[in-house]
Amino acid sequence: MTVTGAPVWAVVPAVAALLAVAFVGAAFDGVLRARASGPAASGVSSLLPGWRRPLVEFRRLLRQRNRETAADDRLLWRVGTAGPLVIAALMIAVVPFGGVTVADVPVGIVWFNAVDIMLWAVVWLAGWGPNSVYPLIGGYRFLAQALSYELPLMFALTAPAVGARSLRVGDAVEAQQGLWFVVWMPVAFLVFTGSVAAFSMWGPFASPVGEDAAGGVLADAAGVDRLLSSAGRYALLAAGSAMAVALFLGGGGGPWLPSWAWTLIKTLAVLSGLVLLRHRLPVLHPERLVTLGWLVALPAVLLQVLVVAVVVVLKG
Amino acid sequence: MQLAVFAMCAVVAVASGVAVFRVDSMARATYALALSFVAVGVAMLLLGLAYLGVVTILMMVMEMAIMAVFMIMFMMNPAGLMPMSMLHNKRGAQAISLGVFLVLAAGALLVPWPQHRAPRPADPTRAVGEAIMESKMLVMVGVGAVLFATIVAALVLAAGRSRYDGNVTRPSSEAR
Amino acid sequence: MFLVLAAALFAVGLFGALSQQSVVMVMMGLELMLNGVIVAGAAFWYFVAPARADGQLLVLVVITAMTVEMAMGFAVVTLLFRARDADMTDMAAELKE
Repeated sequence: MTVTGAPVWAVVPAVAALLAVAFVGAAFDGVLRARASGPAASGVSSLLPGWRRPLVEFRRLLRQRNRETAADDRLLWRVGTAGPLVIAALMIAVVPFGGVTVADVPVGIVWFNAVDIMLWAVVWLAGWGPNSVYPLIGGYRFLAQALSYELPLMFALTAPAVGARSLRVGDAVEAQQGLWFVVWMPVAFLVFTGSVAAFSMWGPFASPVGEDAAGGVLADAAGVDRLLSSAGRYALLAAGSAMAVALFLGGGGGPWLPSWAWTLIKTLAVLSGLVLLRHRLPVLHPERLVTLGWLVALPAVLLQVLVVAVVVVLKG
Repeated sequence: MQLAVFAMCAVVAVASGVAVFRVDSMARATYALALSFVAVGVAMLLLGLAYLGVVTILMMVMEMAIMAVFMIMFMMNPAGLMPMSMLHNKRGAQAISLGVFLVLAAGALLVPWPQHRAPRPADPTRAVGEAIMESKMLVMVGVGAVLFATIVAALVLAAGRSRYDGNVTRPSSEAR
Repeated sequence: MFLVLAAALFAVGLFGALSQQSVVMVMMGLELMLNGVIVAGAAFWYFVAPARADGQLLVLVVITAMTVEMAMGFAVVTLLFRARDADMTDMAAELKE
């Protein structure tokens, strides 16, 4: 199954698909939260089925007034809150959906890496913009976490590139015709999905938006800003899951169904796993993540890349 | 079409480079520099250097995010409340840099640069990969050693521990 | 034309590196100068010697050099700040006498 590029207007359906998958993720998260809070929760929201919560939040945030703080840096704040969604759209541009990619960049894997680095800048700007203490703390926490997960993520991206002997995402998908990469690169897959959760500030990596910092980076965002930021988090999870499917889980390969259906099913499966992380693991302090990232994840993924390289050389 | 894109990249790169020293806010200065680097990365994409262009953007945005942290830490100028143009020897520096620009630009436009005769490689990424691994591996080994030395040196300098690790008397408390 | 862009970036960076008082701003000037070098390296590779990978390697090494310069620069500034509570280059002139 070869992967080809698509015309420029394919961006629109691609972003629409991204938002739809992100919405499914948000609905699943709502269901889990409703189940967690149980029948003892009070208020109107307890009467709603959990999957309606994203819609309720959407309408509420559209009606809410934008918040301005004292001496805020308006331009940088807007860039910071709108950024995650734009970055998720840039990520999805190189992921093949079925046999078609929006932008068949010859260095697609490095493109994905460069785009997720932009999150460093964007989340810090969202923390700096409102000129307020708790968002600033959230922004600094994100940078501290990012230093821990970024090197393991870079090497986890190198492993399928070595396995496919190419930096094109389409080549990585085609190289998995016989055997999915997740089978012989499990460490890289785990590190990659962990990093997807980390750059979406999700689950155990949620300290930049944590409750102990009054919402962190999202503390002063209101109205459309908050909607864009929150939607951006879910969209990042969706885009990262789609990339994990393309790089490790064989893209659109599978019997009976067309390749775009398989891509969608696998993306939703990975996304559900990631959403479940939030409800199973506690939030970790960034200092513990530094130890985890540099002493555990980095040596493991380096060994993984070594194994992959040896296998590729031996296979000729 | 390519000329238009290159012109736009060049203008953005130089304008944001100038903006670094003109804006009042530290965060804006840092991200103006980041914008300049992104424009340079796009210009490199025009030269067909896909991998190098994307890697430039990657590394530079990462470095600018870290530099923003250090800017805030050291410059004590909260988000542009004070006009932030702290210069010494402005006239001299302007004269020198203008002179350097004129000399270099004259050289760039007037010197008859040699034309290449060999054809361009179809895949420059593969070419640089092979060069790194085969003929130029010594460069990479050297760079690796330099990076390791940098990590050790930066940590030693910045961690602030003395030889007698246990007494944490800081030098600033004794220098007064 | 690429070389003129490189010259312009280099000149703006030189102005910054020579005239700024704060160490961090001097470093930003240095980064701009190296930015000019990167553009020049890529342009020379494309127009003069595309068959060899030396130009690309130069760009990679310059990016690494920028990272090293930033790391060491910030470590030195941290130490300077701790030792004398100032980050202005004018006040760090002891080596002068």
